[in-house]
Amino acid sequence: MLSSPHASFVVMSYALATAVVLILIVWIAIDYRRQKARLRELEASGVTRRSGRGVADI
Amino acid sequence: MTLIDLANPTRFLSLTARILPWLAAATTILLLVGLYQAAMAPDDYQQGATVKIMFIHVPNAWLAMFVWGVMSLAALGTLVWRHPLADVAAKAAAPIGAAFTFLALVTGSLWGRPMWGTYWEWDARLTSVLIMFLMYLGLIALWRAVEDPSRAARAAAILTLVGALNLPIIKFSVDWWNTLHQPASVLRMGGPALDRSFLIPLLVMAVAFSLLFVTLHLAAMRNEILRRRVRSLQMMQASRRSA
Repeated sequence: MLSSPHASFVVMSYALATAVVLILIVWIAIDYRRQKARLRELEASGVTRRSGRGVADI
Repeated sequence: MTLIDLANPTRFLSLTARILPWLAAATTILLLVGLYQAAMAPDDYQQGATVKIMFIHVPNAWLAMFVWGVMSLAALGTLVWRHPLADVAAKAAAPIGAAFTFLALVTGSLWGRPMWGTYWEWDARLTSVLIMFLMYLGLIALWRAVEDPSRAARAAAILTLVGALNLPIIKFSVDWWNTLHQPASVLRMGGPALDRSFLIPLLVMAVAFSLLFVTLHLAAMRNEILRRRVRSLQMMQASRRSA
């Protein structure tokens, strides 16, 4: 299937695309956790939104 | 639920919580199908196996431009209707668009080396896409540099609309100037020039990457809304302390 002399270029392209997409997914997931943790900390210290809705409602 | 309902950040958050798992599942399935079809596609009679790079290069190149188009619409939403979700949408899309543009440039370079004999050529198509990548980075830096979100939103919206002038240049650069890059072979007058054995995996991958963008964009928008809530609560906390 990949016996071409240029197979390394194909493999490198797919590997790089996979790595970049995974980095995006992990970065977005970590950011989500971080924002929720900050909101929880603020709520715990008594600072809440006027609507009264908190992290639990997200 | 109407479009107006979605403009409310709280309703937007509850909607994304419900649809994100389904979108992520659909994206995964479609990506797997596309990758399987790409692996099974025959070698090209001229390019050999390197034609398989097309199945990731082309969707990323399309999305690089599409994401800027989405950001341009959001920029209009910021400047004309001053809607807060418009800036959230644009800011959340920028890093994803930058990643797609980076992948389009690098996979194009890796495709160019065996086909053209060079990784890079300063021709109109490659240079205009590089300019778009640098503008993505500039926009991300602008949002980070300006502390007041409403000022940052207006400045970013203007820069986005200026950058949108580059989109027709990218699209038609292969027709307007002599370039190593091949002309359009899918979105062109007279229909696609590709054989079905290449066209179908390419379209499946294009839809899969588009779904990937929608999924990541909604998740990043959710994060941005939460970040703004954190900021406003922190300001409320600071004003209470100083009172």
